Amino acid sequence: MRVSEQDAAGSAPQIVGSFLEQRKEQIAQRWADAPLFRSVFTVSRDEAVEACKAVVEALSEVAVSGRLEDVRAPGFGTVREQLGRMSATRARTGSTPAQIAEEVAGLRAPAVELLREEFADPATPQAHECVLALTLLLGTLRLVVMETALDANAELIERQRQQLLEVATPVIKLWEGTVAVPLIGTLDSARSQVVMESLLEAIVDQRARYAILDITGVPTVDSLVAQHLMKTVAAARLMGAECIVSGIRPAIAQTIVQLGIDLGSVLTRASLSDALAYALGKQGIEVSRADAGASAR
Amino acid sequence: MNQPTPGQPAVPVLALGDVLLVSLQGELHDGMAEQLQHDITSRVATSGVTGVVIDISGVEIVDSFLGRVLAEIASTARLLAARTVLAGMRPAVAITLVELGLTLPGLVTALDVDRAMELLSRGGS
Repeated sequence: MRVSEQDAAGSAPQIVGSFLEQRKEQIAQRWADAPLFRSVFTVSRDEAVEACKAVVEALSEVAVSGRLEDVRAPGFGTVREQLGRMSATRARTGSTPAQIAEEVAGLRAPAVELLREEFADPATPQAHECVLALTLLLGTLRLVVMETALDANAELIERQRQQLLEVATPVIKLWEGTVAVPLIGTLDSARSQVVMESLLEAIVDQRARYAILDITGVPTVDSLVAQHLMKTVAAARLMGAECIVSGIRPAIAQTIVQLGIDLGSVLTRASLSDALAYALGKQGIEVSRADAGASAR
Repeated sequence: MNQPTPGQPAVPVLALGDVLLVSLQGELHDGMAEQLQHDITSRVATSGVTGVVIDISGVEIVDSFLGRVLAEIASTARLLAARTVLAGMRPAVAITLVELGLTLPGLVTALDVDRAMELLSRGGS
C-alpha cells in the first residue's frame, strides 16, 4: 500500500532530498538568521550555521528515505537532541509552544523559495509536487520539535514531582524515642507510600516507640486520605511503635464525622503538642517548668 | 520436642526464664510454620511460661498464611495464659502486610527482641 503510493508520487521526495543536500549551505545561511536559531546560538553565527546544516542534512536523509510524514523516521534521531536543546532554550525565555511552532514554521519560506529557484518553470506539476513534499517534510519537522519540547517538559515535571516527594516528607525526632512527620499538602497514594517508608525507616533508626503524624498542613481529609493514614498507622504498629495522628482542625474533624469515616482504631490528638505530651506521658517523662528561683541568674 | 520432618530443620524454640524465644530465619515453609505452631503450643503448655517472643527480623516475606499462623500462635498461647509479642518486623514487610490488608490486629508488636522482653516483663509485674 505504502510502496505503491510512493511509486505513484514519483521521485519528488528524492528530488527534495538531493536538493536539500546540495543547497544545505545556502539554506543554513538563511535559517541561521531566523529567531529560532539566533536566540539559541548567541555566541557565534558559525555555530548556528553548523546546527542548521545538521538539521538540513537530517531532513535530506528523511526525504531520501521517503518517510516524509513519519515523526519516528531514523533521520530525525540525530538532530533530536539539538532540537530539544533549542526548544528548551526557547521555552526558558518564555515562549509558548505555539510561538515555538510558529518559529519553526518560519523556516519553510526560505527553503521553499530556494527550491522554486531550482526549477526553470515553477508552474510544472513536478515542481508543485516537490514544493508540496518539502512543505510536508517541514511540517513533520515542526511536529518533531514540538514532541521534543513536550518530552523535555514532561521530564521536568517528573523531576520536580520527585523532588517534591523528597522535600515534603521529613521525619523529625521530637524526643528520645518519639518521631514526628509533619504532613503538608494533599496526601495521595504515592506520597503516603513515601511517608510510610520514611516513617518506618525512622522508627528503626531512632528506635522510636511513638510516631506522630501531624496533619495540620493537610488541606482536606476524604475517605482516601483517611485510608492512607490508617494504613500508615497500622504499618507503624506492626513495627512495634504506637502512632498518633495530630493536628486535626475542627473543620476536618467535622468532615470526617460527616463522611462517616471510622478513625476509631487510630489514636488522635488535637495538636502536635498534645500528641507529644501523650507520648512523653506514656514513657514516664515529665516536663515541668523550672523553678523560678533556680532559673534566676 | 516433636521430631522434625526429614529434610526440614525445625525452628529452634529457646527458653529464657519465663519466656520462650523463637527466631525465624529466611523463608518459612508452610510445613515448618505448622510444625512451629505445634512446638510452641506444647512447650507453653508443659513449661508454664508467661510469654512468647517471636523474632521475625530475619524474615523478608510474610504472606497471608504465615500471618495467620502467627495470629493463631498468639491466640493459642493466650488460652494457655502466655502473652505473645511479635518482634523485629522489617519496614518492607510491614508495608506489604498493610497493603495486603493484613494488619494482624490481635498481635502485640515490638521493635526488637529487647523491647519485646521489656514489654513482657513490664506487663507481667
